[in-house]
Amino acid sequence: MSKDAIIKVENLGKQYRLGSVGTGTLSHDINRWWQKVRGKEDPYLKIGDVNDRTSTGGSDYVWALKDVNFEVQAGEILGIIGKNGAGKSTLLKLLSRVTAPTTGMITCHGRIASLLEVGTGFHPELTGRENIYLNGAILGMTKKEIANKFDEIVDFAGCAKYIETPVKRYSSGMYVRLAFAVAAHLEPDILVVDEVLAVGDAEFQKKAIGKMKQVSEGQGRTVLFVSHNMASIQNLCNRVMVLENGTTVFRGDVASGIDFYMNANLKKSSIALVDREDRAGKKGVQFQDITIMDGKGEAIAEAFSGKPLYVDVTVKINRKLEQPIFRIMFIDTKGVIRFLCNNQFSMKSKMNLIDSGNQIIRCIIPEFPLPKGIYSVQLTCYSLEGVEDDIEAAMELTVAGGDFFNTGKEQVLKEGVLVKNTFEAL
Amino acid sequence: MNTIDKTHEYTLVIEPKTKLLDFDLKELWRYRDLLLLFVRRDFVSVYKQTIFGPLWFFIQPILTTIMFMVVFGGIAKMSTDGLPQAVFYLAGIVSWNYFAEALKTTSETFVTNAGIFGKVYFPRVITPLSIVVSKLLTFAVQFFLFLLVYFYYLWFTDATLEPNLMLLLLPVLIVITAGLALGLGLLITALTTKYRDFRFLIGFAVQLAMYATPIIYPLSEIDNEKLRFAVLANPMTSIIETFRYAFTGSGEFSWFNLGYSFVVMIVLLIVGTLSFNKVEKTFMDTV
Repeated sequence: MSKDAIIKVENLGKQYRLGSVGTGTLSHDINRWWQKVRGKEDPYLKIGDVNDRTSTGGSDYVWALKDVNFEVQAGEILGIIGKNGAGKSTLLKLLSRVTAPTTGMITCHGRIASLLEVGTGFHPELTGRENIYLNGAILGMTKKEIANKFDEIVDFAGCAKYIETPVKRYSSGMYVRLAFAVAAHLEPDILVVDEVLAVGDAEFQKKAIGKMKQVSEGQGRTVLFVSHNMASIQNLCNRVMVLENGTTVFRGDVASGIDFYMNANLKKSSIALVDREDRAGKKGVQFQDITIMDGKGEAIAEAFSGKPLYVDVTVKINRKLEQPIFRIMFIDTKGVIRFLCNNQFSMKSKMNLIDSGNQIIRCIIPEFPLPKGIYSVQLTCYSLEGVEDDIEAAMELTVAGGDFFNTGKEQVLKEGVLVKNTFEAL
Repeated sequence: MNTIDKTHEYTLVIEPKTKLLDFDLKELWRYRDLLLLFVRRDFVSVYKQTIFGPLWFFIQPILTTIMFMVVFGGIAKMSTDGLPQAVFYLAGIVSWNYFAEALKTTSETFVTNAGIFGKVYFPRVITPLSIVVSKLLTFAVQFFLFLLVYFYYLWFTDATLEPNLMLLLLPVLIVITAGLALGLGLLITALTTKYRDFRFLIGFAVQLAMYATPIIYPLSEIDNEKLRFAVLANPMTSIIETFRYAFTGSGEFSWFNLGYSFVVMIVLLIVGTLSFNKVEKTFMDTV
């Protein structure tokens, strides 16, 4: 154990009870109390399933986090990544003392401020000025600290003109900017940030990330940052922790962390679609198989930039769907969606499926627009009732490259897609 | 890297086990500004976008007093201990209002503030404390109304009003009322985080309790010994009787009864704080 760990987490666990509170919980509470009176351990602590949302467990209890151990050094920006439901938010909640852990312990040397949401406690009737003070105090600042930073906050939010107007009259962008501005001027030793950056326009997000970077680099503060966005993780963090089903599966540097996370996803694509358990939706249709073909309809192993690509998806239809929507997303190894195909947008007419049985849906991409690389394909089917089936990393797609522009040159592109274009001097 | 050693002796340990009494007064003091800002928010936001502002706090006690004068004074012809009806009723209503409003609002602390509590940490007890203080401001406004009416009767009519030294007890009365409301409110809000059954009770329990307090009748009118005992068991009884006695010289004052209210307040505060402490750390999971 290193000496200057600013946060130390040991055997941390958090158990939740599933279902609603009612007479059933009362009997458990009475039982728990009775065991306690007799000096015994809580009988429900021993049970509980691993937090895997896709399978239905036998127990009413679930461990959102179990046996999590890690340390954070002062000045470190730790990124926490993981799929939805991996336990990221629960971890943040425990760190920010919104709720207490079931087992284990966290030791922090310094003041923690948490930003699980921007604008917590904003009151719509109060003016911008009043809300800056209120929100600042909720986040743990004293009135004096806020007064010292007041001009800076207003300046950062860029709303000096509206400062005496009730925030209910603010545009949503202005509201978020003001809220973030207050939070950004907090001066805790440890800052815990959830995906609050997902709000606001691109320019503001950039400003927000810049501010966080400045806070940690310039002032040596420790930041814990949870995000789905691999780009901002890469941009901001210097260490990464990957959570899966409530436990830590990776700790280390950013590049390998992101690789680990994306690979964990890709690994799943080696399992046949029929057997995949990690799917969501109402099961009106279920994806069975996915293959790619060239323009002649012959199966291929790798796609080529600029050449036609057919994506054939076999679906099993369990229930007649009125207006099925199929979506195929192409995601790169940083988790960024490069492009997607959706028949709702690209086709005028509705798609007609058979009533039941297996059917092949073919998506034709005349000029495949991605450069050389490895991508992950996500399949989703919607109906009027919502998501019917959804599989992340349904297949790993290797693009071998190719001469997209027919110029004989190698195309290098780290972001976005290839689009045909010409230039001329006028 | 080496800054943490010298600058932050502050160490925080987050653990599952809640101690029976785990009250960090130092931390509470650090958040004093938040308490004041909450008070300001609660008081100010009520009358934003109104022209009369805090004057609206007059309306409720005035209308209630008129109602009581018509129904209980006029129709039922109940005694007011020889006092002008307006003074008699208003004295009771103003003090009772403070207790009732503070109790009702504090008892819903966890449920109404779940949004904030779920996102950020601050000592939870700040919220009920701020409610008790902001309701005190409302009380101050309504008390001012009472004074207007009182001085009108004192100077411009020949009503027998005899203000006396017991007026010095006024701050004590207010503190006991606040303590009673806070203690009971903390207890109820702690009980309702998981099982909300009590919430249904509190609304009309407060309403019914008003009739068990000498607001529309003087304590001296109760002849039945058992009934009298029951009404005196209500800790608010001696508060309101003392309040009235201090301003008018009529009513019942006894150190014993006031002492009883004080003891009840202490007990409620202890029980309330303990139960609040027990649930505050994990209530987010069940609320």
